[in-house]
Amino acid sequence: MKSKKLLFPYTVWMAIFVVIPLFMVLYYAFTDKSGAFTLENLQYIPKHLPIYWDSLKVALISTAICLILAYPLALIMANMKASMQRMMNMLIMLPMWMNFILRICAWVIILRPNGILDSILGVFGFGPNTIYHTTTAIVIGVVYNYLPFMVLPIYTSVSKISRSVIEAGEDLGCNSFNVLRRIILPMSIPGIVTGITMVFVPAASTFVISLRLGGYSLIGDTIDQYYKGGSFNMQAGSMLSLVLMVIILISMAIMNRFDNGEDAGIV
Amino acid sequence: MKKTVSGVYLALIFFFLYAPIVLMIFFSFNSNATQITNFESFTLKHYIDIFKNENLMNALSNTLIIAFLSSFFSAILGTCGAIGIFNLRKKARTAVLNVSNLPIINPEIVTGISLMLIFILIFGKNLGFFTVLIAHIVFNTPYIVLNILPRLRRMDMNMYEAAMDLGCRPFQAFFKVVLPEIFPGVFAGMLIAFTYSVDDFVITYFTGGSFQTLSIFINNSLKKGVKPWMLSLSGLLFLIILFVLILMNIREVIEEKREKNKVKI
Repeated sequence: MKSKKLLFPYTVWMAIFVVIPLFMVLYYAFTDKSGAFTLENLQYIPKHLPIYWDSLKVALISTAICLILAYPLALIMANMKASMQRMMNMLIMLPMWMNFILRICAWVIILRPNGILDSILGVFGFGPNTIYHTTTAIVIGVVYNYLPFMVLPIYTSVSKISRSVIEAGEDLGCNSFNVLRRIILPMSIPGIVTGITMVFVPAASTFVISLRLGGYSLIGDTIDQYYKGGSFNMQAGSMLSLVLMVIILISMAIMNRFDNGEDAGIV
Repeated sequence: MKKTVSGVYLALIFFFLYAPIVLMIFFSFNSNATQITNFESFTLKHYIDIFKNENLMNALSNTLIIAFLSSFFSAILGTCGAIGIFNLRKKARTAVLNVSNLPIINPEIVTGISLMLIFILIFGKNLGFFTVLIAHIVFNTPYIVLNILPRLRRMDMNMYEAAMDLGCRPFQAFFKVVLPEIFPGVFAGMLIAFTYSVDDFVITYFTGGSFQTLSIFINNSLKKGVKPWMLSLSGLLFLIILFVLILMNIREVIEEKREKNKVKI
């Protein structure tokens, strides 16, 4: 196993299909249609700042909601019998295995005018819902799609905490709130960091969810429009993708400072 | 008290996770094909329609073929990669691993676009089956690598040396000693790769040209509105997934019991 030859095909593969493609994005971002170097494409950034802000807002709100929903769930799960834990794991994974577009489709038929929610509300004499085609609808869609990505890493890190550490805390006079605050919470930070990144990244770059449920474009949809939609402009699309990537890499670098480098299990 | 609170909490979360699926399945039996959420009468017609819909069947088989092939090839590539990375010194290892993880860390849309650009450069406008396959291998391989590395770390390297001393050639030693040791990791990675591949929309969308997988086909149809077959398809998928999960669970329980019995002896 001394042979490093095995690494060779992998590095070549990565060079061609991971590294060079990213440089292609960089290339298109800083060239014009004839291929000459230009800074002209930078003009697309200020034009789209409001959309970046909208996307960031949706991502932050959704990530926060996922974290708030997931943490108690992970705690409850970690305290169950082993067989129940496995079952819970399975139940949380299951919706994730349904097709991504079908999950969005489900929320379309629930939220749209005269949809399921409206008929339920109608029975109780409440007016039609006003959620469809708003930011709230996007947040619901994002949380629904990515909640399992928050639950599972947190659950993994909480369930690794040894029972004796918690008992030691109790013996030393911690009440259950202090056990949570001083032992469980700090020890589950790697899981929280993994969970946040696994929700935040797809949430910030989401497309389709925003267009179908929110009825308006976030940055993902805008980039899509430049590549495959009506307003074809690869240079603009590349510049916007580049900025998106930089924003996300910076956010992740900030997040990782909270983590002491231990790798919490990626699902 | 504590138990009731957590019970209610669990119920709410599972209501949120499952209500949309249950509703889809409920209305998949609705005979009213124009107003799909106005329940008229019970029918299985939409389930039969799935199998009559040639484009849908075609998209489904494309999805499965891509998922099988991409998880298979990423397993080979990822195993090479993981062993290679494992043998590097610490600094080089971190560097290579960081690049290797890029497709996981990067937003999917950026991975999709960057791959589309390189494919256009290499293949011209001929995007399709082959480019989608490559793209799926690209984003699946890191999951395989990440699942194998911990196994390699836990492995006793003396075993490999011993095999070599006993006359194995390197690749024999690999197949007889190393592979059995890391195989659970490879397999777990392949399962993850398979599910991600089946579920993928964004990367296929950018790298596929007119090639249609299930996600792409449903998305194109969704533009024209929700159709009854989308609901029955959800029902069918749910059934299949549930079946597979229960099988896997039973297998795990049996294996655990076997382990326990071993300890007793």
